[in-house]
Amino acid sequence: MKTNDVILKTVTKVVVFIILTMAVYLFFSGHYSPGGGFIGGLVLASAIVLMYLAAGIEIVHKGMPFDFKIIAAIGVLLATGTGFASVLFGQDFLTQAAIAVHFPLIGEKELASVVLFEAGVTLTVVGVVVTIILNISEGGE
Amino acid sequence: MSVNPILEWTGVLLILVGSLMSVVSAFGIIRLPDIYTRSHAATKSSTLAVLLSLLGAFLYFWAHDGFFSIRILLGILFVFLTAPVAGHLICRAAYRSGVKLAEGSGDDELHHVLFPDKKDDDSSNRSSTITKEESLL
Repeated sequence: MKTNDVILKTVTKVVVFIILTMAVYLFFSGHYSPGGGFIGGLVLASAIVLMYLAAGIEIVHKGMPFDFKIIAAIGVLLATGTGFASVLFGQDFLTQAAIAVHFPLIGEKELASVVLFEAGVTLTVVGVVVTIILNISEGGE
Repeated sequence: MSVNPILEWTGVLLILVGSLMSVVSAFGIIRLPDIYTRSHAATKSSTLAVLLSLLGAFLYFWAHDGFFSIRILLGILFVFLTAPVAGHLICRAAYRSGVKLAEGSGDDELHHVLFPDKKDDDSSNRSSTITKEESLL
């Protein structure tokens, strides 16, 4: 029987954008305030899981045709790659660098290579969480 | 500087009213008879409690520290959007899995829309029990 879940689908369309905004905010605020790659990735994964709950796995896969195992692998590659990038400059493994850049509109901001490492952490967390939840839900039926 | 204490005490008052609302909501969950009335108490008054407490915290930190927290405003919007939907989904799941209404409820008009084939059984059961009770009486 096809159930009628218009309310869940409509609210999900609005709420997913709030969750994604929060995920990006948490990811970028991790250097100076609570946040960072891990909870940013978890919040991002929760938005994806909410879309799976509301719309169904096939429809979301049509919009986001990613293999989340590959995304987790790319994340680990990115994190270890930023570690080895410092080796190329003659520093120790995982040495991080930061430079202050003057942007035209928003003033002086600090660009740090930790952001790339955190992006690797985020991709790994998203890939692992979504893979686990998809495998559990498919095994249940 | 003369506005700041007023804003601070407004925040304090909002947090107090919000915590009283959450107490009311908890008493409603304990006292009400079935899942639908309990969900009525749990979603509406505790949503209002959370909204009032968050608004109070927002006003307090804005007046006291000069910190305009977008996160609290986003949290207010998020709770306002999602808590009623969560209550709706829980009630819907309970109704579809056949949780009975409390004693003394009015007519259940949704029942013969959702379960059109079950309706005859239930009414026949009900009439049979009524006749049985009447025969007993």
